[in-house]
Amino acid sequence: MHPRLELRNICKRYPGVVANDDVSLSIQPGEIHAVLGENGAGKSTLMKIIYGAAQADSGEIFCDGNPIAAHNPATSRALGIEMVYQHFALFESVSVVENIALSASSAFHLPSLADKIRELSLRYGMPIDPHRQVHDLSVGERQRVEIVRCLLQAPKLLILDEPTSVLTPQAVVKLFETLRQLAAEGCSIVYISHKLDEVQELCDTATVLRNGKVTGTARPKETTSLELARMMVGSKLPEMHVSPPTPSEKPVLEVNNLSVKARDHFGVNLKDVSFNVHGGEIVGLAGVSGNGQAELIALLSGERTHHNNDAIRICGTAAARLRADERRKLGLAFVPEERLGRGAVPSHTLWENAVLTAHRFGTVRKGLVDRRRASAFAAGIIDRFKVKANGAGSTAQSLSGGNLQKFIVGREIALEPKLLLVSQPTWGVDVGASAFIRQTIVDLSRAGAAVLVVSEELDELFEICDRLLVICQGRVSPPLVRKTTDREEVGLLMTGRTMSTDQMASGSGDVALQN
Amino acid sequence: MRVAAPVLASVLTLVVGSILFASLGHDPLPTLYAFFVEPLNSLNGLSEWLLKASPLILIACGLAIGFRANVWNIGAEGQFTMGAIAASGVGLFWPNPDSVLLLPLMFVAGMGAGMAWAAIPAFLRARMNTNEILVTLMMTYIATLFLSYLVHGPWRDPAGFNYPQTALLPTAALFESFDPAYRLNPSIFITVVAVLVMWLFTDRSFLGYKMSVSGAAPLAARYAGFRESAAVWIGLLAGGAAAGIAGMAEAAGPLGQLSPQISPGYGFAAIIVAFIGRLNAFGIVLGGLLMSLLFLGGEGVQMTLGLPSALTRIFQGILLFFLLAADFFIFYRVRRVRPARDTHALETA
Repeated sequence: MHPRLELRNICKRYPGVVANDDVSLSIQPGEIHAVLGENGAGKSTLMKIIYGAAQADSGEIFCDGNPIAAHNPATSRALGIEMVYQHFALFESVSVVENIALSASSAFHLPSLADKIRELSLRYGMPIDPHRQVHDLSVGERQRVEIVRCLLQAPKLLILDEPTSVLTPQAVVKLFETLRQLAAEGCSIVYISHKLDEVQELCDTATVLRNGKVTGTARPKETTSLELARMMVGSKLPEMHVSPPTPSEKPVLEVNNLSVKARDHFGVNLKDVSFNVHGGEIVGLAGVSGNGQAELIALLSGERTHHNNDAIRICGTAAARLRADERRKLGLAFVPEERLGRGAVPSHTLWENAVLTAHRFGTVRKGLVDRRRASAFAAGIIDRFKVKANGAGSTAQSLSGGNLQKFIVGREIALEPKLLLVSQPTWGVDVGASAFIRQTIVDLSRAGAAVLVVSEELDELFEICDRLLVICQGRVSPPLVRKTTDREEVGLLMTGRTMSTDQMASGSGDVALQN
Repeated sequence: MRVAAPVLASVLTLVVGSILFASLGHDPLPTLYAFFVEPLNSLNGLSEWLLKASPLILIACGLAIGFRANVWNIGAEGQFTMGAIAASGVGLFWPNPDSVLLLPLMFVAGMGAGMAWAAIPAFLRARMNTNEILVTLMMTYIATLFLSYLVHGPWRDPAGFNYPQTALLPTAALFESFDPAYRLNPSIFITVVAVLVMWLFTDRSFLGYKMSVSGAAPLAARYAGFRESAAVWIGLLAGGAAAGIAGMAEAAGPLGQLSPQISPGYGFAAIIVAFIGRLNAFGIVLGGLLMSLLFLGGEGVQMTLGLPSALTRIFQGILLFFLLAADFFIFYRVRRVRPARDTHALETA
């Protein structure tokens, strides 16, 4: 039998980098194959080549034994190859069903397509309402749309780029069931990840990439994580050092009875949110996406203001009515969940993106942008955070997701904040860089800064946080001390089961947790 | 590629222009020569070329500041008209018609009136989120009708044989030409300064940087705390100021008085200039020179070959059309959608 997909000696160069160097791999029908590697190892490029979104400089691709030459995404989809990108390709201003209709290459009938979406999404355990507007969806929900869009095409080969980074542990379990179900039906799956435990749990085979080259193939279930990690990183893994917190006497961030109505009926109302974050400690906010995190973080960052000025205090100053730049003057720095378009301007260069928030740090003088200083500032971040980029002059959109994340985290940390808000700090970032980012956040807090981390990865929160808050249906739980709580307690709070009597009432927030 | 599009658009415009000339019964090559080369064969031609390019470049510089922030002021024609009206009003009615302060006062009045006219849509957009494209466009018609009312009514020259025009501006209210034989006057230096200011603003200043962030990624602007309303105000006021000054310079330059028709469409043509110039100060200079040549050539072939005056507008339209089309094909790829291939897949899914 021919393999479903076979790559032979694929090479691809971009100016300044060799993205893929002599990569070969083969995937059988019904096989779940992991492609492991750090950021910039060439995973995304390889997937684009398979999908036809990029062309290899040399090498051959075979699908079911037939060579594919000069293909593009349309021909790939005709062959049954579907891909879920790490950066979603959805139109924000229209509904889920319209988005899916737009990518369908055939005639469609919206109501029946909506029914199919609902039915299929339920069957694979990731319910979505086809009539919701995409801009109202959280990142996790958007991913479901992307996956369902592919499943509608009944694919023979499904490529998933970092699919679990935004899902709760329970939703990951559900996704894996979906994927195993698909594989049992004969669909081959290429699973790009750097989460070793997931790869070991899910995948039959793995190809490990480093600097564009294949550094090994393995059967993950029979290989230790340490061996896999060595193949990926190529050297010893960094170890985390989390020293005990030394909280300051006065809180740096105070949130008092913050209540706010959602701006539309798909949003989440925040109800009486109160908590403090002290200098020298890291507080984590856990929760399933779409439970009010987006609303809360926009209110804390100043992207959205609140009429009750006292509801948010930063370093003792009432700040709820201040704009983002005014709060930054008080010592706030913020890493948002969306890197492109929010944390960075996609078409701008890295030095221009450094000016975005670092304009008080010498990059702007007398109203003029000092290009040399801005470039030096950006180069400093690139150097310190090992951002893989073609210098400070490369555009933000030319970087891979993880590398841009390193740049944005680096930029915000370089501002020496008194209060750092971080949303999904390591989403899409590889093992080595994740550890580095987490360690930097820990170091920042131990140097006296207050840190609030919003993450949907419990492992991450348990690794670095001193206290944990759980958000569900717009309510925030009382703080839990990390050392005295466990994943079960937090997981229960995430589903709202011990928190309130009207839990699950609206049902819009926690569909991912259905059993 | 951003540079290729205007070049490609210009070439395609010439090709379509040739076809157009041929269809009108004129040999394309000599006609193109008459259109694009002959106007520049004389010193007077060169003077007229720069004279007409000057307001186009000036207005386009102001507009481009807004366009970069996605603030779409397409009412420069109205702001130009209001600038001309206010400046002429000062020139006509200032108590001391010989004052050396007259021109500077007219400059301030023209700029102020253009800004005031643009401030209305700015206020409406910033406060009530109205669409500035519609409001600025409609304000243009109000301005044009207001001018018509003035020259037909209260400001009509009593000694003007009932023609709808004002009295001539006093000498102190006029830019004196470099040479009495030609019309080119020192107001062109205003445009030179405007180009430099525009370059400094967009390429070097922090304010210009904030505007470009607002245009390219509104969420990033909010993330950084840049005020959206500031971009709206600056974008519209810059366009209004530039158009108002251009109106003043036109009234105090080649016109010397007001009549119902004071602009051959500079305010609208400047939009095309801004886009041909890629919203870049020096690109706008080239775009303005090209557009001015279209005006001149149109007049030229109208006189020498008897071709219709609509040709100028047609050329402007074709040029913008090809520019937008070239941009579209550079930034997007056309995909042919085959019908009904996946119905089966959808059924089985």
